[in-house]
Amino acid sequence: MATGVERRAPGGAIKAPDQSGQKAALRHRLAERGVDRTLLLLVPGLAAMVALFVYPFLYGLSISFQPQEGVSALANYAEFFRDPFLRGTIGKTFWLAVPATIINVAAAIPIAYRMRGRYRGKRFLTIILVVPMTLGTVLVAEGLLSYLGPNGWLNRSLTAVGLIDDPIRLVHNYWGVLISLIITGFPFAFLLILSYISGIDPTLERAAATLGAGPWDRFRRVTMPLLAPGLAITVCLAFVLAFSVFPSAVLVGEPAGETRVLSIVAYRAAFEEFDYSMASTIAMIMAALELGVIALVLGWRSRLYRGSTSGGKG
Amino acid sequence: MTTATTRGSGLLSKARPRKRLVGTPGGWLIWGVVIFFFVHLAGVIGSVVVNSFATQWFDTWLPSGFTARWYAEAWAEFDLFDVLFVTLEIALAVVVASVILGVPAAYALARRSFPGKRLVMLLFLLPLLVPPITYGIPLATVLYRFNLAGSLPGVILANMVPSVPFVVLVMTPFIEQIDPNVEAAARMCGAKTSKIFIRVLAPLLVPGILAASVLVLVRTVAMFELTFLTAGPTTETLVVALYYSAFAAGIRAGQSIDAMAVIYMLTTLVLLIIALRFVDPTQLVARVKEQAAE
Repeated sequence: MATGVERRAPGGAIKAPDQSGQKAALRHRLAERGVDRTLLLLVPGLAAMVALFVYPFLYGLSISFQPQEGVSALANYAEFFRDPFLRGTIGKTFWLAVPATIINVAAAIPIAYRMRGRYRGKRFLTIILVVPMTLGTVLVAEGLLSYLGPNGWLNRSLTAVGLIDDPIRLVHNYWGVLISLIITGFPFAFLLILSYISGIDPTLERAAATLGAGPWDRFRRVTMPLLAPGLAITVCLAFVLAFSVFPSAVLVGEPAGETRVLSIVAYRAAFEEFDYSMASTIAMIMAALELGVIALVLGWRSRLYRGSTSGGKG
Repeated sequence: MTTATTRGSGLLSKARPRKRLVGTPGGWLIWGVVIFFFVHLAGVIGSVVVNSFATQWFDTWLPSGFTARWYAEAWAEFDLFDVLFVTLEIALAVVVASVILGVPAAYALARRSFPGKRLVMLLFLLPLLVPPITYGIPLATVLYRFNLAGSLPGVILANMVPSVPFVVLVMTPFIEQIDPNVEAAARMCGAKTSKIFIRVLAPLLVPGILAASVLVLVRTVAMFELTFLTAGPTTETLVVALYYSAFAAGIRAGQSIDAMAVIYMLTTLVLLIIALRFVDPTQLVARVKEQAAE
């Protein structure tokens, strides 16, 4: 790129034939394209990201091809996909992450749609919704163990009402983890969608109403298309949260069976078997799968209208 | 039917400008779902709080007696003073480092468009998009090689990975809305670059930096995976200590684990209340048009 700029420099050379003039011209040309000393401000942040994120990631990628046992570079990957115990974790992770994402986002849309705009208690509502997000999965797991346990309040209430005779089992299995993912993930999806929906100018909907569109038509043909790009981002972030489920899968799940997710086997390989090569392999497979899903969603998003959500004049 | 409802709502909106929240079946259903969610949430949190004060609680609605001794026990047993101190130390260091690295980068991204900007943005977005455990495991391995694993700097470095991009993403739109003409005017009046930063930009940036710092503080205190992967026995944060005690349940009394959970909950709640004084969670993405919404 620098050579291209130098080649286009003769215009500057006519005005200032000496060497310093050439230099100034180059700087001027670069500045026209937005490259000037301001960009030096990026350097510390970028350097930190390269050192702490890119380098470890590439290092992990390289040691995943240097297995502790076996000769071929792909031995770890072959082992992962051969061993049904390891291979099965992919399905188990998706079986938790996909329903959790769908439930969280699908429940958040109508609620956020209804609660957009201004009313008394909105701030209070958002504040109590932020609480489970900040509590984190560890605390929610701890609470679920006693609340959903055989002697917990839920089973007690259901028995007292007469809906069930024996306590239903909701912890130490799939359901406990799914519930914990909903408790921590739903408020997140809701707040994100609420802020996207609030950013859509209500006059657009009123204009549609003036033209005779009913409530359902307004939602489907005006709000949804404007919300869709934000929705794609929300789906991505909600999926990331659910996909990396770890503490709750151990504490309220059944880490040896139904909820043996990718992060658990990656952690065990690294810190219980000390096979960093295998652990990195699992981490890389996990990252690849997750980025694949995100790429799919963002690919769908790139086909949508992504302009301003505020009404124009006139 | 459609005309009837439009006419009805038209009359109502004249009488009451505020939006109606209840009344339609859909509205009731949505309130039902919200209340259902909160009832169970209260149950989850309530179980922890009640159990932390219980003398014994087996097969009854409420424990047989109440006591506060578990708090004293948890405080002594888990060295909570040290743990809290370490948590605060790590969180504050992460905040300071992320702001120092992130705000200048956000400024450059907000003010300039340059070749390769999309690549830079991608580099700042990726750490927020991939699960912490995927880069946490290789990062822990790298930190072991440099003898940083388990030490305070190691944990701080690991926690900076999602925090620096977070500051960049929060600050970039904030800086974009500061009029660049203000800086140009200051320069025209003869201010040097350093003076522009101290006298013009810094005062304008303070609210944004405060909001970003508080959010990073809350996130770091609640960040489990990265701290869990890189912390040693002396550098555990509160949430990691809580995980270890919950994981080894049965060794200690459940009540004392729950007492620790309540202490953790109170810590995050205090931080959250501070955070909400500076940030409105619904305005994180877009500025809400409250005026236009009537």
